[in-house]
Amino acid sequence: MRTYKQVFSELKHAALIPFFVIGDPDIDSSFEIVKAAIDSGADVLELGIAFSDPIADGPTIQKADIRALDNGVTVAKALEFIKKVKAYKDIPIGLLMYYNLIFQYGLEKFYEDFHNAGVNSVLVADLSIDDADEIAPAINAAGLDTVFMVTPNTEVKRIELIASKTTGFIYTVSLLGVTGGRQELSDMVRPLVAKLKSVTDVPVCVGFGVSTAEHATQLAKAGADGVIIGSRLVKIIEKNPGDTAKAVTEISTFLKEVKTAIAAV
Amino acid sequence: MKHDGRFGEFGGFYVPEVLIPALEEMEEAFYKYYQDEKFVSELDNLYKNYAGRPTPLFYAERFSRLVGFKVYIKREDLLHGGAHKVNNCLGQGLLAKFMGKTKLIAETGAGQHGLATAMIGALFGMETKIFMGVTDVERQSVNVHKMKLCGAEVVPVADGTGTLKDAINEALRYWTSNVEDTFYLFGTACGPHPYPTIVRHFQSPIGIEARAQCLEQIGALPDVITACVGGGSNAIGLFSAFLDDEDVEIIGVEPAGRGIATGKHAAPLVAGKVGVLHGTKMYLMQDEDGQILETESISAGLDYPGVGPEHCLLKDSGRVRYVGVEDEAVLYVFNVFAKCEGILPALESSHALAYVLAQKGKLPADTVVVINLSGRGDKDVGIVERSENAAAKSSL
Repeated sequence: MRTYKQVFSELKHAALIPFFVIGDPDIDSSFEIVKAAIDSGADVLELGIAFSDPIADGPTIQKADIRALDNGVTVAKALEFIKKVKAYKDIPIGLLMYYNLIFQYGLEKFYEDFHNAGVNSVLVADLSIDDADEIAPAINAAGLDTVFMVTPNTEVKRIELIASKTTGFIYTVSLLGVTGGRQELSDMVRPLVAKLKSVTDVPVCVGFGVSTAEHATQLAKAGADGVIIGSRLVKIIEKNPGDTAKAVTEISTFLKEVKTAIAAV
Repeated sequence: MKHDGRFGEFGGFYVPEVLIPALEEMEEAFYKYYQDEKFVSELDNLYKNYAGRPTPLFYAERFSRLVGFKVYIKREDLLHGGAHKVNNCLGQGLLAKFMGKTKLIAETGAGQHGLATAMIGALFGMETKIFMGVTDVERQSVNVHKMKLCGAEVVPVADGTGTLKDAINEALRYWTSNVEDTFYLFGTACGPHPYPTIVRHFQSPIGIEARAQCLEQIGALPDVITACVGGGSNAIGLFSAFLDDEDVEIIGVEPAGRGIATGKHAAPLVAGKVGVLHGTKMYLMQDEDGQILETESISAGLDYPGVGPEHCLLKDSGRVRYVGVEDEAVLYVFNVFAKCEGILPALESSHALAYVLAQKGKLPADTVVVINLSGRGDKDVGIVERSENAAAKSSL
């Protein structure tokens, strides 16, 4: 199974990490979309399991969660989905989700089942480093990498603690706020990436509000090891209801543009 | 954080990283000020001269005669704003002031917490935003107007079922974007640490007063105390003073909506299982996967899928017994109590009244029961009227 370490050591440019909600707008279309993202140059996949109350997400991802849930996605179906993706290509997969779904599934079983399906890490949006000990035994037993968030208001001492518990990458939140497309890149992000780079060797990937090839280029230049693009892609799905082929084309075109741009940095 | 915010396995602070600094700042400020002489004397003055504390403990003679034992009513409905919510809002608002914050946000269900926050925002000259589900905006329109009159902005939230849970989601999202200058004045003894502890502290005068008033008026502690439980702030305010009095039976009353068996209720302690939402581990209404279920209650203020973590511990330890009361019984007692005592009880508080009415003839005549009347029912007159019309139509 391909690891984050392999990706970050082999790549000569920042990793392209698209995010989708599993089963958005439905399981079959979602698989077509993810395949297209892989074919368009994704280096790592970030996938969400829909939750009824996503407090860290803006309107775009909220709507994606609702579409997926309305079309019947469950945690069990998400597990099957991941197996199918891994059968298509061995690409590292990070999950991004909320704690209650893991808690109900059972911690040990969740991490074991999803690791066996090919998941490399699970970032829990509503679980900070303070509660890492609650999930650490199950993660270690299953052998997953860890990914935690750092935000522009995280203090340096805390960044060091987070870095010391991170084996995958630091999910760097570019701004104070929820997920969603933005016109401009937050002016907080470049100093944050620089600060992270000065205190840790753990790969730094940036997400939240990364919406254009230009944003991705700026982040790559600032030293980011990866760029995570979510809402911008999910918006394309939202705008093409019932027309998966069109969504696939638009997403492919956009991702290829971003890939070309960051590869040139 | 200095404390883990746990009540047994419950509680904690399950929030996105971005909110941690704000919660840490709030925890630090609370422990710095809650026993500070200046803070305490300013809060006591506000409790007394702004809110109207202490509230009376009233012997409800005609209602007592009806049920066959002695019923005392803790009159939180007489407080400024019409509910116990002002206790917490004054406390947290003053904390915000001591912390130098100038902007308040809050979520609200029935509108009582929103209104109390709007009042305190006006009192302290702070910019105030209230997040409220669209369903609640509609069913509690009078409170919406009152909030606006006090100068608050009311933000309608259309997500989900447009109730309290959705208002909290949106308030949390707004807070993550405005965390540096905004104080989130949380309305109930739930949510991430330090809120359950802070809210219990600022609601604790209810129980402290009630206990002293029992000793003074009756010469003894009550046999039973009871309160409605949504998030659980009025209940924990009453219960906390009696937890060590082993002979006092404590009953928390949850909204059973249209009946526990129908699934259309908001009673996680009676029929939920442990999970994590809105920053805390608690009993929660959810499906097998852990998706949060829609709730239903005639009282907007109790229409919430979770419940404060301390109540969860008190359930598991057996110190408090939690029961459910259906909408129908709530509407019935609303009428009965108004006619007995000339007091309109909030539909929330009516849950506790309905439980007590159901004990009619079952308790010895010298039994003393204290009910927390957490709010007045003026805001609910329209809902009661609509329900009665609907019932009259369906019986034709």
